Amino acid sequence: MLAVVFLWSTPFLWMLVASFRPDAGAGIGMASLVPDYKPTLRNFADALESGDFALYYLNTAIVAFGILAAQIVTISLAGYAFARLSFPGRDLIFYLFLLQLMLVPPVLIVPNLRTVVDLGLYGSLLGVMAPYFASAFGTFLMRQTFRQIPRDFEEAAVIDGAHWWQTLWHVLLPMAKPALVAFSLVSLMAHWNEFLWPLMVLNEPRTQTLTIGLASFALGSEGGKEWGVLAAGTLLVMFPLLALFAVFQRQFVDSFMFSGLKG
Amino acid sequence: MSSIATGAPPLDDLRPVRRLARRRLGRRALPFILLTPSLLLLAAFTYLPVVRVIWDSLHEQIHGSRESLFVGLKNYIGLFSDAAFLQSVVNNLLYAATTVPISMALGLLFALALQHSSRFNSVMRALLLFPSMVPLVAAASLFFFIFLPGVGLFDYYLAKIGLRGANWLGNPDIALWSLVGITVWKNAGYYMLFYLAGLQTMPGEVLEAATIDGANGWQRLRHIIVPLLAPTTAFVLVIALINALTQVDHVIVLTKGGPSNATKLVLYYIFEQAAENFAAGKAAAASVLSVGFLLALSVVSLKTMERGSHAAS
Repeated sequence: MLAVVFLWSTPFLWMLVASFRPDAGAGIGMASLVPDYKPTLRNFADALESGDFALYYLNTAIVAFGILAAQIVTISLAGYAFARLSFPGRDLIFYLFLLQLMLVPPVLIVPNLRTVVDLGLYGSLLGVMAPYFASAFGTFLMRQTFRQIPRDFEEAAVIDGAHWWQTLWHVLLPMAKPALVAFSLVSLMAHWNEFLWPLMVLNEPRTQTLTIGLASFALGSEGGKEWGVLAAGTLLVMFPLLALFAVFQRQFVDSFMFSGLKG
Repeated sequence: MSSIATGAPPLDDLRPVRRLARRRLGRRALPFILLTPSLLLLAAFTYLPVVRVIWDSLHEQIHGSRESLFVGLKNYIGLFSDAAFLQSVVNNLLYAATTVPISMALGLLFALALQHSSRFNSVMRALLLFPSMVPLVAAASLFFFIFLPGVGLFDYYLAKIGLRGANWLGNPDIALWSLVGITVWKNAGYYMLFYLAGLQTMPGEVLEAATIDGANGWQRLRHIIVPLLAPTTAFVLVIALINALTQVDHVIVLTKGGPSNATKLVLYYIFEQAAENFAAGKAAAASVLSVGFLLALSVVSLKTMERGSHAAS
């Protein structure tokens, strides 16, 4: 098993070794997994210089956190409605929501691009984010979570004259924190990693995200053979996820098992 | 004031009644108010796009105007007489038929090997899980070098054991299998997670009884573990099939569907028609077929999905 895991990790191992390798050219030793050199940060400096990484990080963070912020509002409200209120057509509407689990955004890129153009959002980060503001998976998750919270807690608040938004904000949401953390991790990761849709919507360097920057970087390095720089650039793109994973490892595993379908 | 004009009782007396009525109305409207943001967004980006893409697939844009003409099935006929599209369907079938079972089988094997909790095993699990957490674009850019002919990681170490490498991404007979390799590498650890969860719910007594009755490891796997994991398998299968249809980032970065259409997958074809060839009709028709496939898959799997998600959570 150790051998299999080692084999599985070699792409990352190579990335680490190559990104600190001083002779980042096309030498035959470039593929070696043995760090037989004095480590240097030059590849990272070159990578940062050749792409506007600060801007890519900022744009990607705006997209990922912007989507998450909107989702938390929409899924809390809808999850509350499905979990706590009874109204005609509830089950039917819930199934309409679940439809989004299967009609995943990638197959709808063609009509969605036209909608984004019609709304005047083509080329903007908002255009990248908008299709994800509602989340069937998140609504489903919040509904399940709210249902598991005993009604006694809210009833006490209602007797004290609290409105529905006060019970939602002060009672239900704090108790749903683990589910919210799990959802946030899955959502952030899915949108940090996304490529095809932003590639279609964004049309100028100013609004590019990390994955788009990395892709053009990879294609650009074809001629230059700056493999160490490419490894460093890839590491830079992955780094925030690495850090997040290190901090939230337990929650990551739990939330992935729960999710199945990405935020 | 209308209440005065119709000779109704003075305003003061009506107030509590009105407030009550308003509150009752408010309570009845509240669920719909809460659902409105989600429903509007779902309408704009999930339901209407389906209608729109069906409409688009039956029409043709008139050049230089916003008008469009009903053309019946012309776009579909054009699609099916396009060799590149047919090739992309065949490729996608091959791609799904290999990536899905291989990564699921590996996921199960990883889970079986690492199911017991220990510090060592949890590190191993994290390492296997890691490929599924990084962007597919980042994975692709690593494999850009790994598959490099001659000096790449693959060929470098193959040479050390006396084997000759190949042009992994440039040879039409091999390129699709190289992409299959990337996908298996990326997804197997993710599917392992679901099997780990499935194994946790497995009743220990059944396995013990089988062991006492003399069942060997293979028999236990074949006749007990795999059948008991069927709901998990059904759930993972749906996710894996969706992935096989909707993930093409590595195609865009590494091969652009080439060489000679050998790695063209359906979604890449759609992307190319829409973003590069501006063939809106064909892109719409191919999208409709993909949507149809996903809807059919969801009808088939709705029941198993429900059961599987319980087993997985």
